[in-house]
Amino acid sequence: MKMNLFAGLAVMLALMAGSLCVGPGNVTLSGLWTNAEMRDIALISRVPRTLALMLAGCAMSVSGLILQMLTQNRFVEPTLAGTTQSASLGLLLVTLISPSAPVITKMAVSTLFALAGTLLFMLLIQRMRIRSALLVPLSGMMLGAVFSAITTFLAMQFDLLQSLGGWASGDFSGVMQGRYELLWSVGGLTLLAMLIADRFTLAGMGRDISVNSGLNYPRVMLTGMTIIALVCGVVVVVIGVLPFVGLIVPNIVSMAMGDNLRRSLPWVTMCGGGLVVLCDIAGRLIGYPFEVPASAMLGVVGAVIFLTLLLRKKRHAR
Amino acid sequence: MPVNTRPIHPALPRASGRFASPNRRLLLLTMLALAVMAIYMTLNLSGNLRYILLHRGQVLATLLLVAFASGVAALLFQTVTHNRILTPSIMGMESLFILIQTLALFFIDADALNSLGTVGKFVCESLLLVIFSVLLYRWLFASVGVDLHRVLLAGLVSGTLFNSLSSLMQRLLSPGEFAILQGRMFATFTRAAPEVLALAAAIVLVITLIIWRMRHQLDVVALGRDDAVSLGVCWRQKTLVLLILIAVLVAISTALVGPLTFFGLLVANLTWQLAGSHRHQYLLPVVVLTGIVTLVGGQLILERLLHMSGSLSVVIEFTGGGLFLYLLINKVRV
Repeated sequence: MKMNLFAGLAVMLALMAGSLCVGPGNVTLSGLWTNAEMRDIALISRVPRTLALMLAGCAMSVSGLILQMLTQNRFVEPTLAGTTQSASLGLLLVTLISPSAPVITKMAVSTLFALAGTLLFMLLIQRMRIRSALLVPLSGMMLGAVFSAITTFLAMQFDLLQSLGGWASGDFSGVMQGRYELLWSVGGLTLLAMLIADRFTLAGMGRDISVNSGLNYPRVMLTGMTIIALVCGVVVVVIGVLPFVGLIVPNIVSMAMGDNLRRSLPWVTMCGGGLVVLCDIAGRLIGYPFEVPASAMLGVVGAVIFLTLLLRKKRHAR
Repeated sequence: MPVNTRPIHPALPRASGRFASPNRRLLLLTMLALAVMAIYMTLNLSGNLRYILLHRGQVLATLLLVAFASGVAALLFQTVTHNRILTPSIMGMESLFILIQTLALFFIDADALNSLGTVGKFVCESLLLVIFSVLLYRWLFASVGVDLHRVLLAGLVSGTLFNSLSSLMQRLLSPGEFAILQGRMFATFTRAAPEVLALAAAIVLVITLIIWRMRHQLDVVALGRDDAVSLGVCWRQKTLVLLILIAVLVAISTALVGPLTFFGLLVANLTWQLAGSHRHQYLLPVVVLTGIVTLVGGQLILERLLHMSGSLSVVIEFTGGGLFLYLLINKVRV
């Protein structure tokens, strides 16, 4: 087990090194120590970008996993639960009302909206008369569509479609030194999630079992949702929407090693970060020297994997 | 490909008052549609009359064709799948058409494409859509079977996949990104090119004839696969024909204005309520008329009254998305 984890870590470091070397400016690993220009490119653009990819990927996949535990459903993640869409709505509103607000304010507002959106989603699925595993993501998608329609409508009325287009797609090409540091906070949240992983594992067994075993169920639910909302708020403000990471990574990891979060969370974190780094590298290479945003690559890869999971003969999601 | 074997049609709303009979309802709706169209053409007429009337006439023609294509496609799809929540656009067919258009741009060089002309291009793309959608949906319904939620989710995710693929290819075609994003986010109701309009009108005319001749068979198809087969309908052949017709209609509406995910759902569900009958000789005209009233009326209110031009499709998406959520949670039995 330990060996596997180290092997995974090595693969991830290799990916990050790859991300350092890919791009229009020529950077080689050996040149970093000798060539001042390469060092500048690396320190100002490549290193921040790679770190941002890593942090965003880890946090999104972990928040997907937490949401899956809280809803006891395999097929949800923040972009399929209205969370990121409501975060975008919040970001749009704050941009409308005070365009010059500092990033922290924008982040706070969009986090609050994300939290409200997630709460609404939770209420919705609790009120459902039919308990069906697939109805949950369906409702989440529709809730997201409704939020998006409101956002688009407002953006149209106030001529903000262009900014909306910017944060509707997760694009790492603008990440530079000084523009991504907020993402460290989601790294912290990921660590926090790892620390209290056992509680989410228990919550994933349902209300009755978790209350029975002494868990403060409402508090764990609220903590989980707050983590998810914070992650989505920050990632939407700094990067944009990253679809499907939170869905496919936890599903694949859980197929391999089950649902004990304390064991699987390191893997989910690593694979999530690795997937986003990989997609970004692919996006940088596919139309070289132009870039395709990581989110566009993720949309394709993620949808294919999601469909495969959905149509598998042996039912994974109960 | 029945998705739900239980009867979907709830009891008809209690017939009451003066507009109880389907014929009267039809008459009323026709008058309403005509009135809306007349107001649309004549409101605030001033200036160069000939130009304005021509322009409005073309926009109106576009709206009418879209109302017909989108509404009838949704209704037929619901008849075939025996379900009131599935529509071709929710199942990703519009996105498939856009993907086909993008792929054509991507793999065939622009000169060859231009030499086909607008009409030739449209015909080729529609043919491709027909072929692919028949293959895809037959496979989807065969492999997923009767689980409605799985079919729905698979359809929605396929739609997302097609959208992401087209946006990826569009970005590879032209790195300037914004125009692309706007192009695929929502439909715009402006006038379409006259030759496309003429072609679409001609196809719609032919399809109207075909469907109208089938109207009684459609009533039988709506009973569901088992009943229909035992009453002597050749199910495979009928559903194939219907799926082809639906694909052509979706191609028309998407080519004219762009993706309209929830319009069909909205109009078809209104129709079930309004028609006062579940026979296709009433349902078909009612769905077209409801579509016209919704589109033209909505355009009138938003553009002329509230001065929010261009936002009709977003308002439709909002309403339709809400309706879908409501239907999903409260109405559909599995």
